[in-house]
Amino acid sequence: MEEKKDLQTPEVAETKKAAAAPAETPAAPEAQAKPAAAKPAVTKPAPKPELPGENEIKPRLVEPEALHDEMLRLRDEEKMDFLELITGVDWGEEGLGCVYNLWSTATGKREYVKTVTPDRENPFIPTVSDLWTIAEVYEREVLDFYGIKFLGHKDMRRIFLREDWVGYPFRKDDKPEEQNPLKMENEVLSDTTVEYNRDAEGNITETEHVVFAPEDYMVNIGPQHPSTHGVLHFRVALEGERIKKIDPKLGYIHRGIEKLNESYTYPQTLALTDRMDYLGAMQSRHALCMTIEKAANIEVSDRVQVVRTIMDELQRIDSHILFFSCLCQDMGATTAFLYGFRDREKVLDIFEETCGGRLIINYNMIGGLAADIHPNFQKRVKEFIPYMRKNIKEYYDIFINNVIARNRLIGVGNLTLEQVVSGGCTGPSGRASGWHNDVRKRQPYAAYDRVDFKEIVRTEGDSYARLLCRMDEIEQSLCIIEQLIDNIPEGPFQTKTKPIIKVPAGKYYSCVEGSRGEFGVYLESTGDKSPYRLHYRSTGLPLVWIMDAACRGELIADMMAINGTLDYVVPDIDR
Amino acid sequence: MKLKRPKIKSIPYEEFNDNETYEKLVKELNENGVNVIVKKLDDLFDWGRSNSLWPLTFATSCCGIEFMAVCAARYDIARFGFEVTRNSPRQADVILVNGTITNKMAPVLKRLYDQMADPKYVVAIGGCAIAGGPFTKSYHVVKGVDKIIPVDVYVPGCPPRPESFLYGMMQLQRIVKAENFFGTTNRKEKDPQTLSESLESIKEVVEKQQEA
Ligand code: SF4
Repeated sequence: MEEKKDLQTPEVAETKKAAAAPAETPAAPEAQAKPAAAKPAVTKPAPKPELPGENEIKPRLVEPEALHDEMLRLRDEEKMDFLELITGVDWGEEGLGCVYNLWSTATGKREYVKTVTPDRENPFIPTVSDLWTIAEVYEREVLDFYGIKFLGHKDMRRIFLREDWVGYPFRKDDKPEEQNPLKMENEVLSDTTVEYNRDAEGNITETEHVVFAPEDYMVNIGPQHPSTHGVLHFRVALEGERIKKIDPKLGYIHRGIEKLNESYTYPQTLALTDRMDYLGAMQSRHALCMTIEKAANIEVSDRVQVVRTIMDELQRIDSHILFFSCLCQDMGATTAFLYGFRDREKVLDIFEETCGGRLIINYNMIGGLAADIHPNFQKRVKEFIPYMRKNIKEYYDIFINNVIARNRLIGVGNLTLEQVVSGGCTGPSGRASGWHNDVRKRQPYAAYDRVDFKEIVRTEGDSYARLLCRMDEIEQSLCIIEQLIDNIPEGPFQTKTKPIIKVPAGKYYSCVEGSRGEFGVYLESTGDKSPYRLHYRSTGLPLVWIMDAACRGELIADMMAINGTLDYVVPDIDR
Repeated sequence: MKLKRPKIKSIPYEEFNDNETYEKLVKELNENGVNVIVKKLDDLFDWGRSNSLWPLTFATSCCGIEFMAVCAARYDIARFGFEVTRNSPRQADVILVNGTITNKMAPVLKRLYDQMADPKYVVAIGGCAIAGGPFTKSYHVVKGVDKIIPVDVYVPGCPPRPESFLYGMMQLQRIVKAENFFGTTNRKEKDPQTLSESLESIKEVVEKQQEA
């Protein structure tokens, strides 16, 4: 009150004061009480920040020399069949290294392994790409950003940055902007690659491999192509009309988000998650908030947990509808595309009313939500559930049961269970091949432990199964929302946090089930107000990588259908 | 001379936001005076052109999804004649730069722009295309597409609402309507290379390769 008056001119303020003085005194407590009630209520004060939270991980240090044998043992003896993530980290004095996250499908146990090499000039670490196919791309990512070379990896080219890029941008001492001015000449892609090995005397040897031979018939798809869902470049070698090999080139939308995060405070880092997988904006941001909250011991209320769960599921519906629309569009069914968007707008309306945004939503915050749900929220959602149930039948009529769609999808782009597990393809794409990988079931978070829903798993593994999986998931999501929408508990929508959020030193990992797979956040903190390293497990990267396996031997005309059913979002892959 | 005011169906002239810039542009275009008869023909052509601008489907990230929403049922870009999105730059009139342009993408965008036939227009959509958006501090993001290609209309937002897309496109229609088609816009493009010139350039390349 006093502050406001200071802004006015002195005379006006004085006259007002005189006039308002008697009336103001009784009104003051009421006026003050109101904003206090509207403000988020204070729950338990956060415990001392020195204690790391429950999601802290303590990777076991394995020397590079012993790494391969240890990983082989873990995979075969302890049944660690799922390599969740490899995170490259620059530990400064200690050297450069990687953290490996392993998760066993059979036992549900997790393992974290860390390896580090002190040599900054020529860092070498043995590869694990012969054990898990997904390591092929994860290791190339580490090479690209940290310059660690993997011994025995068959293809040590850069994957995100230009092949003529200088330096390794994620190293703490690298100055990427100075060394790499904007180049306007076209990038020359090499057709050969190199493999590093250590011979008996301990010297490094280089072997050259051919990616595409001169006699290969090549087709370039992308980076500007309407059906790659973003800017992505596939170099495809053909044998007649059949696909012989696919070499994905990524990085056309690499925005350096992970590097940017290292200079941002924790609340600032949130803004960028929405812009990676914009069809999983709620879930990605949920994952990051959850990681920070758990790590810093910030409690969130029950209300927040339930609202977050509902929002995640709405987002999943939104994403699956868009998946359906785009698949139809790619296969030439424009009517179905319009049907899908008609329904998607309904979800966006719900988002917009509560969050203010349609696509980039910015709703989850550390410790809660940006705003409480809109008074209309429950009503709207309850209207939407029967509406969607009715309309999804139209999808079957117009496209899914259509004979052309069936012929083009059934039996096309087959993936076996071994391929998806080794390739780390989580989400509906993996579940269509029989892999039980739903994080909501395996490691329930938010309010998923109190709702009843089915994990949709099919066994065919073809494009059609992937489509059906997603359609069934829409129904399951509706089912989850239905159970929660009338039971949103009362409570504050935001826990009061400290003005500067600091995470206790340590390494943390949390994951959620995003729209297209497991979205994980690896956070390494030194106790500062910005993260030391923040790495995301991209949901789409394994899906792009599996394209080669899914498309080999298929017709080039079917490539876009396969690509459509795998359903990835490119900015999330490139980050 | 009194400036002719272009008519856009759904918005009256006064309700557009930056009429000063627009008037300045029109004045520049008409500085040397216009031919009365040709101008009439121009108007006819510009009317046709402005109502059938074909965009190139070019979307790199988030803004592209909003562009899809604009094309779809509720916002229905077809009302303005922009629905014929082309996948080939050769057939497109306007490139809508939806989304972040990274260093690796920049040469590709330039190439796409060069491949488009004149007269061509560029609309920068979203904070990223205008100035790098939330990623301006990044080492791998171009801080505005106008560093690479000339931009006609900027549509701010992150992402812009579908209504802003349409508003931006209407602004572009006004620009198209102001142009003098004959003798200027239709002659923007350089004359195609003659055969002897092409042979010469090929020779140069071959010589360079032989040297190397
Ligand atoms: S302006 Fe915003 S919404 Fe558009 S591409 Fe950039 S980050 Fe995405």
